[in-house]
Amino acid sequence: MIGLLKRDLALAVRAGGGFGLSLAFFLIFTALVPFGIGPETGRISEISAGLLWLGALLACLLSLDRIFQLDWEDGSLDLLATSPVPLEGLAAIKALAHWLTTGLPLVVAAPALGLLLNLPASAYVPLLASLLAGTPALSAIGTFGAALTVGIKRGGLLLSLLVLPLYVPTLIFGATAASRGAQGLDPATPLIMTLAITLGCVALLPFAAAAALRINLR
Amino acid sequence: MFPAMSSIWEYANPRRFMATSAWLLPWVTGIAALCLIGGLIWGFFFTPNDFRQGSTVKIIYIHVPTAIMAINAWFMMLVCSLIWLIRRHHVSALAAKAAAPVGMVFTLIALFTGAVWGQPMWGTWWEWDPRLTAFLILFLFYLGYIALWEAIENPDQAADLTAVLCLVGSVFAVLARYALVFWNQGLHQGTTVSTVGVGVAENEGVSSVFLYPMLTSLTGFVFLFLALVLYRTRTEIRARRLKALIAQEQMA
Amino acid sequence: MNVDLGPYVVEVLSAYAGGIALLLGLIVASVLRARSVARRLAETEHRREVRTR
Repeated sequence: MIGLLKRDLALAVRAGGGFGLSLAFFLIFTALVPFGIGPETGRISEISAGLLWLGALLACLLSLDRIFQLDWEDGSLDLLATSPVPLEGLAAIKALAHWLTTGLPLVVAAPALGLLLNLPASAYVPLLASLLAGTPALSAIGTFGAALTVGIKRGGLLLSLLVLPLYVPTLIFGATAASRGAQGLDPATPLIMTLAITLGCVALLPFAAAAALRINLR
Repeated sequence: MFPAMSSIWEYANPRRFMATSAWLLPWVTGIAALCLIGGLIWGFFFTPNDFRQGSTVKIIYIHVPTAIMAINAWFMMLVCSLIWLIRRHHVSALAAKAAAPVGMVFTLIALFTGAVWGQPMWGTWWEWDPRLTAFLILFLFYLGYIALWEAIENPDQAADLTAVLCLVGSVFAVLARYALVFWNQGLHQGTTVSTVGVGVAENEGVSSVFLYPMLTSLTGFVFLFLALVLYRTRTEIRARRLKALIAQEQMA
Repeated sequence: MNVDLGPYVVEVLSAYAGGIALLLGLIVASVLRARSVARRLAETEHRREVRTR
């Protein structure tokens, strides 16, 4: 399983693997915000915490269809399914690899982009904490969505349609934690809820993803 | 063990289902038409205006029943998905598929009538209130579910994957509901219909003048849902047989 | 009989019209699809009978 993780990480970092693509998207999204909202820093600063969360979520969404698609196309998914690693473990590893290559860089990049959007000083720690707590859930849910749509040609759009409603609870609690921090309120309750959703997703969704993979590989 | 229970599963046989539903469908449709037309006419023409909401209270006869059925349709799909995953009855999977567009249209009607009702009462078409937003998200769930059915060629695979999506989606729909309450307290009044006569002061719940026609139209919508699901499930069973026959032809 | 809709004529009537239109749309779509599927199934069954005769 460690080998599988290393392989996925190596594939992602290699050219064409898509590593950095989500980061670039996050940057562009942030840069586009003032064009949509207007250049007044006060107004941007007011909604910056929620915008950063939204940007991270969309950037995460962008790379989901790569999770299984490449392995499916070259047949290595069939091989992986027959290997001694259970499919549940495979799904968990894939989610972890996706988080390490997409979620974690987004979390690290968020403070820098926060500077661009005049994020209030009190919001940095809650934003980082809520992203750190919430992005694993985004990866786990996304892996489930990718497993559902792996057999479908050009399933990327469908994948977004399926996954976005599932992202709602995570987004609500995560963004609420960050924006409460921005307003100087206590972000503890939504932060704990975000963490609870992540723990639940990480614990249970690999089973659902494995079930979907089994159906698709039949 | 339980003869009554074991006999339910006989309807999972497509042939049995076709025979029974053919017999049942006219009755269900008749009751639906009777209650729906009766309830709506009763509500529209023969109820007084509310002292606060004026004539907009008449919208309740469409808004509340469709909203209730929109949620119950998803619940029925969840039960059918579970039956399909556990017992592999094809009729069950096809019934879930048949119910989804019905539930989606009911959700849309509830949203639309709610917006038209909210405009004069709250001064806005749309408010990011937990109840309204939850229905919007329910609509997205229906959309995704139907899109997944459409996207997959193999019918059994489609049934399996949509069933898994329905299970996971239900959990997240409940999560989203509670997250939304946490997120925003909201304008929408609480549930008024079921609180009538359960020790709530008379002016809290829906007055019985409005309640009885509302219950009539609710009965109408329940039977309309049943009729549409039976009818559409019959179509799905035929479509499936058609597909199998065409595949046989191409093999020969 | 109470048809005095007061100041909310447009709202109430459009809610009813929109709701009933959506319902009718759903019913018509269901019937059209049911008919087309039933017709194609009948044709296919007929072809099969002819072939196996």
